Amino acid sequence: MHSPVAFKFTNSLLIATLFLGLSPIGCKKKQVPQDTASGSAQTTSVGPIKIGEVGSMTGSEATFGTSTHNGIDLAIRQINAAGGVHGRMLELISLDDQGKPEEAATAVTKLITQNGVTAILGEVASSRSLAMAPIAQTHKVPMITPSSTNPKVTEQGDFIFRVCFIDPFQGTVMAKFALETLKIKKVAILRDIKNDYSVGLANYFAETFKKGGGEIVMDQSYGAGDIDFKSQLTSIRTKTPEAIFVPGYYTEVGLIARQARELGIKAPLMGGDGWDSPKLAEIGGKAIEGSYFSNHYSSEDQSPEIQTFIGKFKEAYGVVPDGLSAMGYDAARVLADAMTRAPSLDPQAIRDAIAATKDFAGVTGKITIDSNRNAVKAAVVLKVVGTQYKYQTTIQP
Amino acid sequence: MIELIQHLVNGLSLGAIYALIALGYTMVFGVLQLINFAHGDVYMLGAFIGLYVSRHFALGDHPSLGNLIGVLVCAMIGCAIVGFLIERMAYRPLRKSSRINVLITAVGVSLFLEFSGQLLFGSDPKFFPQIYKPEGDWTLGALVINPLQVMVLGISLTLMALLQFVIFKTRLGRAMRAVSFNHDLASLMGIPTDRVISYTFMLGSALAGAAGVLVGLTYPKIEPLMGVMPGLKAFVAAVLGGVGNVVGAVVGAITLGLAEEFLVGYWSPNYRDALAFAILILILLFKPTGLFGAKRTEKV
Repeated sequence: MHSPVAFKFTNSLLIATLFLGLSPIGCKKKQVPQDTASGSAQTTSVGPIKIGEVGSMTGSEATFGTSTHNGIDLAIRQINAAGGVHGRMLELISLDDQGKPEEAATAVTKLITQNGVTAILGEVASSRSLAMAPIAQTHKVPMITPSSTNPKVTEQGDFIFRVCFIDPFQGTVMAKFALETLKIKKVAILRDIKNDYSVGLANYFAETFKKGGGEIVMDQSYGAGDIDFKSQLTSIRTKTPEAIFVPGYYTEVGLIARQARELGIKAPLMGGDGWDSPKLAEIGGKAIEGSYFSNHYSSEDQSPEIQTFIGKFKEAYGVVPDGLSAMGYDAARVLADAMTRAPSLDPQAIRDAIAATKDFAGVTGKITIDSNRNAVKAAVVLKVVGTQYKYQTTIQP
Repeated sequence: MIELIQHLVNGLSLGAIYALIALGYTMVFGVLQLINFAHGDVYMLGAFIGLYVSRHFALGDHPSLGNLIGVLVCAMIGCAIVGFLIERMAYRPLRKSSRINVLITAVGVSLFLEFSGQLLFGSDPKFFPQIYKPEGDWTLGALVINPLQVMVLGISLTLMALLQFVIFKTRLGRAMRAVSFNHDLASLMGIPTDRVISYTFMLGSALAGAAGVLVGLTYPKIEPLMGVMPGLKAFVAAVLGGVGNVVGAVVGAITLGLAEEFLVGYWSPNYRDALAFAILILILLFKPTGLFGAKRTEKV
């Protein structure tokens, strides 16, 4: 044991172990690409109004960022084509956060201090919006998140808004849907423990479901990035639930569905708006069919505003917009509407105007900002059929 | 009871995949005393080579065992080439440098592959086509065994047996063992050590490539950073078994797979990744040579 070789051996392993700890840090520092502005410092009264956007354009949840970006981009182009705001064009500066909270914080700091943006749009994921919100609040720059549903996001300060519903409501929606439409009483939960959104949604679901007479037969968890869920699912299987509530992101849900079916679990899965991506059906394949999730809007809605939006979006990007594109579109338009109503482009004036938004006709429903700076609006439940997400029902707040 | 057996089956198939990756670590360590951190990323490249080959020939449309074997061979050859290039370009120029330089280079190669992968393939997860889809599950009461899991286990074991054959029954294997035993002496005996080291890298990388395809098939979501965690865990498995020991790597990997499965199934999934590193620390503290690692004394 104490031969020199054993020592060397141990040493090199210890050094190796040290590197294990260091290497992730090495990965994190990477240049933020896609900077479309030159970086002039101050907002001036002439020239375009700069709007900052932070999103996950790359990374494992890349479809969240790109979908939202396309929605925002379309809205801004339409607003500019109609003459802009106060006679000035809007200029969108988009930064990529690679799906990492620390990058989101860096990006928002850069947008505010270097690019001098008037307002911020973003992020999709609650964990990243939570990293951005305190910074926007400190600099008193209004921030609207299109689709972060965790309640804590807007609690960060009075400059932080959202145009979507919040998780207590989204959790309630699925609990009600399970009890009233599916008429089931035994549900198991499989939550992503590393994700604020998922944990919150699971808690609110469990609360409402139990209040309505249902039973949570098992509450299991996983971590984002895992690929093997068989042990959790094997445990869940012993309790024979009638459905499994998986409020995670599409990246893992597809694999969870596959492995559930491989273990012979026939119960449908249920989830939230984190499922909303074309990748869900691609990765999940047949296994995800017949599962349900709550979302902000359905592209099957025949109302003229929605169909016009879908038409324009398809013309520009060649795909049917998902819920996140619709939310991005609405967020940008709510901001532009508030800036038009505001007497000046002073951040405080814009903030007050956003707070006063009432019955704004968005494609995701009528948006009214309440006293907690959240939007009050209905949710839809969609069912996965083939690669399509079919409208099931609308649940009012 | 059924639950226990199901966990056992799941853990075994997870362990078999760790084993394929761990073998590469252990073989390279055996001949070079180098922890090749880029190994997990070679495994990622194997999965992507498999993906592009399957896509190119649209193999997902007609799943068959022949497809799987074809894709496996392509990925193994591709990864062997990558392994050869890594050794040739990154490690061989440093053969005479101190060990820490080579180790740092290994971390550099690993980051290089991860981020070039993101640039090349895009960082969003890709769907791995179902190139082999055995029909029906084998059920025994509530026990469900997916034939795919059995096939993965079977292919892994076959490859390990082949490796064992190469190491103990061929001239190349004898040369590898000689280099691993004493590099300088082997060189003096006329063994072309550089070439043997190249072959070792190619063999290890080919196994990692096979693991990449098998993982893509069972967990059909692949991304450029998929190699990081399994790579580290396979490294732990190799240390657990005793780095440099082939049987040890397999035993270590299967132990780790089973331990993870039972930890998650019966206790809490939060510690899944922590478990591997807790094992690493314990092994380094109490038995740094691992379960099967031979105590080697250096004679001057």
